[in-house]
Amino acid sequence: MPEVELLWWEGCPSTEKALATLRDVLAEEGLDPDSVVQRKVRTDGEAESEGFIGSPTIRIGGVEVAPVENEPAGLTCRVYRLRDGRMSPAPDPEDIREVIRRVT
Amino acid sequence: MKIGDVAPAFELPAAEGGTAATFSPEEDRTDAVPTAVVFTCNHCPYALAWHDRLLAVARDYEGRARVLLVNPNDAERYPRDSFDAMKERVEADGGWPAPYLRDESQEVARAYGAEKTPDVFLLETDGRLRYRGAPDADYEDPSQDAAWLRGALDAVLGGRDPQPAETHPVGCSVKWSQ
Repeated sequence: MPEVELLWWEGCPSTEKALATLRDVLAEEGLDPDSVVQRKVRTDGEAESEGFIGSPTIRIGGVEVAPVENEPAGLTCRVYRLRDGRMSPAPDPEDIREVIRRVT
Repeated sequence: MKIGDVAPAFELPAAEGGTAATFSPEEDRTDAVPTAVVFTCNHCPYALAWHDRLLAVARDYEGRARVLLVNPNDAERYPRDSFDAMKERVEADGGWPAPYLRDESQEVARAYGAEKTPDVFLLETDGRLRYRGAPDADYEDPSQDAAWLRGALDAVLGGRDPQPAETHPVGCSVKWSQ
């Protein structure tokens, strides 16, 4: 079972939705939905050291869901592009599923 | 600001064309159109999700109401919300049907009590606040089409009270300067 991390910052209201989506996909893939390690990022310094480019950030086995190139670290809300083209504050479930299948 | 309060006047620079846009209760008595002041920004996913719906409102109500988009976020900590970045965004889209205004000092956002991006304040022609909150019930559902804001505009234009008059703004917190 790979480590599943959800990094979040309190300035964005999307953490609960992202967590619920993540747990749903984990359960659908036969993994423990309660295994998610939630880590709060509090400062710009923590964001820098974590490589945290925005809230929420999901990593599975160290692989980031919907990675973005050349994005500066910082305390901000992350914008995801869903597979149907819409903007969203949480990743597309299929992007999460893709990473789970890649690392397991 | 509470429903029924008269909104403060302001003048802010617009991202497009180097002009300024003003809101003044006194002036608007002669303009006789309601004004939707929407605090929004470049970087927040909720603001981006609702953006097209808000622009559609500006287009659909042209001549009957006006929409002013105001970005109050601290650009030092959030460079994507700088005035230059705002200009680039409007230019990349070939212009917007509503002015995108920079509230660099954050005084307007503070005066209105803006909490989120987006945060909608619909003002009657005399400046009284008639609706405050989210554009509609679901940022994820484009078919909602800013229904709360449209309903409030239709009510005000028809001489009725908006129902609901107030909803919870949903989005990212305004990024105040530290």
